[in-house]
Amino acid sequence: MSLRTYILSLSDNAMILGHRLSELCGHGPTLETDIALTNISLDFFGQVRSYLQYLASIDGDQVTEDTLAFLRTEREHHNCILLEQPNVDFAHIIMRQYLFDVFQLLQLEQQMLSTDETIAAIAAKAIKEARYHQRFSESWVLRLGDGTEVSHTKMQTALDTLYPFVHELFTQNDWEKELVEQGIASDVKGFESRYYDTVFQTLKSANLSKDDIINRYAQGKNGIHTEHLGYILTELQYMQRAYPNMQW
Amino acid sequence: MVVGQIHIASEEVARLLSTVPDPEIPVLSVLDLGVVRRVDIDGKNIDIDLTPTYSGCPAMDTMAVDITSALLAEGYLPKVNLVLSPAWSTDWISENGRKKLAEYGVAPPLGNELDKRALLNGERLVTCTNCQSTNTTIVSQFGSTACKALFKCEDCLEPFDYFKCLK
Repeated sequence: MSLRTYILSLSDNAMILGHRLSELCGHGPTLETDIALTNISLDFFGQVRSYLQYLASIDGDQVTEDTLAFLRTEREHHNCILLEQPNVDFAHIIMRQYLFDVFQLLQLEQQMLSTDETIAAIAAKAIKEARYHQRFSESWVLRLGDGTEVSHTKMQTALDTLYPFVHELFTQNDWEKELVEQGIASDVKGFESRYYDTVFQTLKSANLSKDDIINRYAQGKNGIHTEHLGYILTELQYMQRAYPNMQW
Repeated sequence: MVVGQIHIASEEVARLLSTVPDPEIPVLSVLDLGVVRRVDIDGKNIDIDLTPTYSGCPAMDTMAVDITSALLAEGYLPKVNLVLSPAWSTDWISENGRKKLAEYGVAPPLGNELDKRALLNGERLVTCTNCQSTNTTIVSQFGSTACKALFKCEDCLEPFDYFKCLK
């Protein structure tokens, strides 16, 4: 059961952020960033497919990658709530992306060593893509944070809004601790300080200020979300809910 | 025979696979691209491992179907498995494939170090597929597909795709 929840937590982080980025298809501020963000979205959905196909093979019976993607309620989603935060403006999009990209890269590094072969294989594949994601988001954090007065203000606002959600990435539930002991899950505590070192360094170079860790109560990993997730799922699941079992 | 880095016991099967194109870059066959990782032939039964370039590559399902139909049409009984490990690398694109890419207008991937310098430091290293100049600059790290970046040539002013190094 704990393995199941863990796979969902990895998959849902990618799926919910991937969905947020997909909302930008045709709406990016420039053609290049539009294409970049939707390409990143596609990479996330690639990860999601791998995770959900794996989970479907564990669940068996009538469970498929599609039923897992389209037929779960809010409480059955285990993503961190940072990832469901709305797009608001380009500053929020880039800041959310950067704060997650640094985390995911460190997490994937650890997951490549997982004793679970499939989790390790998915990580080895995804990490190559994640490096590109971080390069992209970091370059924009630097450019906008240290840009004009307007871009700086917008980035600082985005940081102030999103930063409190970062802490949840490093929370560990009992089921996760159990999996860490078995060598299946990555130990987020093990790279927490590296994460903050990297992020603080970039923020400093970008002329943005944040140098403390804010501990805000968040329970997305346990299925308790902000209201934003409901709206995401309404759109994401519409076709399957309106036309049950429909196929493309 | 050995095609790319893999061994294919039947020349006919190798020939048939070399007719299956990458749907996004049709000058490359699935063998040139290096996504076919294992071909086991037992009489008419053919067991093939196929690996994605990028995990979300939408061309993957199409390639699997195209491989299956190409072999079925010649009386074989193919089974295509999607495998994730070891993860695909641009090093697996064949020499022939790299040449075809450049002719098609997609600059082939540089080595890992040079790739970083071109993509991150903006160094002028990628060869323009139109005029062969290396006076080229990056427009976007993400191009028309997940595997490509967008460059432009400062000499002939043509934009072109660059196949990003993936290791």
